[in-house]
Amino acid sequence: MSRIQTVFDQLKQQGRKALIPFITAGDPNPQLTVPLMHALVEGGADLIELGVPFSDPMADGPTIQRASERALAHKVRLRDVLEMVAEFRKSDTNTPVVLMGYGNPIEAMGWDKFSERCAEVGVDGVLTVDFPPEESSEAFSQLTKHQLDPIFLLAPTSAQERVEAVVKAARGFIYYVSLRGVTGAANLDLVDVAGKVAAIRGQTSLPVGVGFGVRDAATAKAVAAIADAVVVGSRTVQEIENSGEQNAVANVKKLIAELRAAIDS
Amino acid sequence: MQKYDFPDAQGHFGQFGGIYMAETLIPAVDELRRQYLHFRDDPDFKAEFAHELKHYVGRPSPIYHAKRLSEHLGGAQIYLKREDLNHTGAHKINNAIGQALLAKRMGKKRVIAETGAGMHGVATATVAARFGMECVVYMGAEDVQRQAPNVFRMKLLGATVVPVESGSRTLKDACNEAIRDWVTNCDNTFYIFGTAAGPHPYPMMVRDFQCVIGNEAKVQMPDMIGRQPDVVIACVGGGSNAIGMFYPYISEESVQLIGVEAGGHGIASGQHAAPLTANAKIGVLHGNKVYLMQDEDGQIIETHSISAGLDYPGVGPEHCLLKDIHRAQYVAINDDEAIGGFDALCRFEGIIPALESSHALAHAMKIAPTMGKEQAILVNLSGRGDKDMNTVARIKGITL
Ligand SMILES: Cc1ncc(COP(=O)(O)O)c(C=O)c1O
Repeated sequence: MSRIQTVFDQLKQQGRKALIPFITAGDPNPQLTVPLMHALVEGGADLIELGVPFSDPMADGPTIQRASERALAHKVRLRDVLEMVAEFRKSDTNTPVVLMGYGNPIEAMGWDKFSERCAEVGVDGVLTVDFPPEESSEAFSQLTKHQLDPIFLLAPTSAQERVEAVVKAARGFIYYVSLRGVTGAANLDLVDVAGKVAAIRGQTSLPVGVGFGVRDAATAKAVAAIADAVVVGSRTVQEIENSGEQNAVANVKKLIAELRAAIDS
Repeated sequence: MQKYDFPDAQGHFGQFGGIYMAETLIPAVDELRRQYLHFRDDPDFKAEFAHELKHYVGRPSPIYHAKRLSEHLGGAQIYLKREDLNHTGAHKINNAIGQALLAKRMGKKRVIAETGAGMHGVATATVAARFGMECVVYMGAEDVQRQAPNVFRMKLLGATVVPVESGSRTLKDACNEAIRDWVTNCDNTFYIFGTAAGPHPYPMMVRDFQCVIGNEAKVQMPDMIGRQPDVVIACVGGGSNAIGMFYPYISEESVQLIGVEAGGHGIASGQHAAPLTANAKIGVLHGNKVYLMQDEDGQIIETHSISAGLDYPGVGPEHCLLKDIHRAQYVAINDDEAIGGFDALCRFEGIIPALESSHALAHAMKIAPTMGKEQAILVNLSGRGDKDMNTVARIKGITL
């Protein structure tokens, strides 16, 4: 069984919801990424979304754009991100890691080589923001060949038939984008999200995670009440940005612990 | 040649094109495709488009025999398709009108656009004023500087111009920002995309709207010289003026098609915007799979061109295909060669061309002397050069 499924199964048995923080690999510098990943887990993360920096992050708001820019200033490449996961796996063999980013760096490496290396270093799932299922046939076959979960987004704009098509291609979990907009955008509409999550659940037995507008403990708790997982991206990245290199690890751990407590309360 | 019929239903031109977009926008591009396919054959839509092109844009644009320049070069006769004479001064208005008419029928009251040189931004601001729509134009902060007159024009027309400070602060970053706006506002907003690239249906739709250029030329050339030209040349940024000129000529196999990319400081310098000429690797950006300037790790690299409208790391998917099947040929013209073309047209013909178009012209000037006097080159003069006064003055060391 995959790590992702194991974690969701365990949480279900415990009657708990997953907390999935996002950080960008290489932000604020490459040396801090693995310590930050461990801090996320110590704070209470169940799964880590690790962003692969890209020069043109079209789906991201200013906070995650700046994280990408900081990482790229340190010349962090896709292959470096994979090495970071390998390093993380030396002392954490349980926490699933999902790589999240844009397709071009993977295209440049080649999906076959990328998937093979992901499997070797212990990546569990891959979410390519700009590759919808229709354009993912090669990605899908290479990822699944190496027992990796292709993870897909659904959005408020996705109609019923679209939901059906996307859940068919998806593995691991469904990532529901809670609002129209880029990452870190304005507040989400909980009633709207609840309705949509219910509709998605009607089409799949995969867990449904919700992200894109979760900025504080109260929202995290509210989202946890209606979804299987809460994804916290821009807020986590913002904490890193505001903390400076000295305090980033400690502050991020504290933030995640607060969110964890709110979700479990 | 086999029957040429692209794109397929999913927007693929061979291995190029497609729909590489975040999920939130997939329904928006789907809807756009459905609406476009419906209206493109609608008699009312076609009639209104034709009417606007004639009465508002001033079409057909003439073809002009650049006699003095041809004589000076001593070879082939150079003809210019005068897109610079269109209302707003470039070919961009053809497409902007087509998309605005579609936006109107789709009930969208707000339009957005990206712009490099500012010509597409001006065209979009113009049609937004013409049809009473709110208009926001994203423009790289560097381009806001080098194309200041166009920024002022857009504002006069009532548009909001948003300078984009991220990345290389040029056209590709303006595209990123426009996509971010669209993802946030897709319910009420129509994205008037300025070139024959992006996710399906844009490359097809923009091509179809720009084909008026080539369709007119195919009638005008035989009227003028009794036959089609031997060579057709157009500059290639994203590729909309070029595909508009080339597409109707694809089936005319005796006509050689040459796309001219921005060679910047030279291909060897790496500082250029010529993905086709420089044999860039295939990649994915802004919704489509195309030849794309990138480093070996798949990060998009910064491009350089004297002309903001050509300063883009990718190129439309149909040009990628035309290159692969050898139906069109792609070359690069450096910054200083483009200035040479610019100066020559000013001095020999009394026409001030856009720096983008000057690239096409410079290549014509390069090959004309190698051809016979009875041969004919048709250059798509995609725009006029008023917007480039500051850039050209700076290059010549003149303060205005
Ligand atoms: C006059 C002119 N020509 C050409 C271009 C390049 O665009 P495309 O390759 O889409 O024709 C531009 C773009 O701004 C332009 O303003």
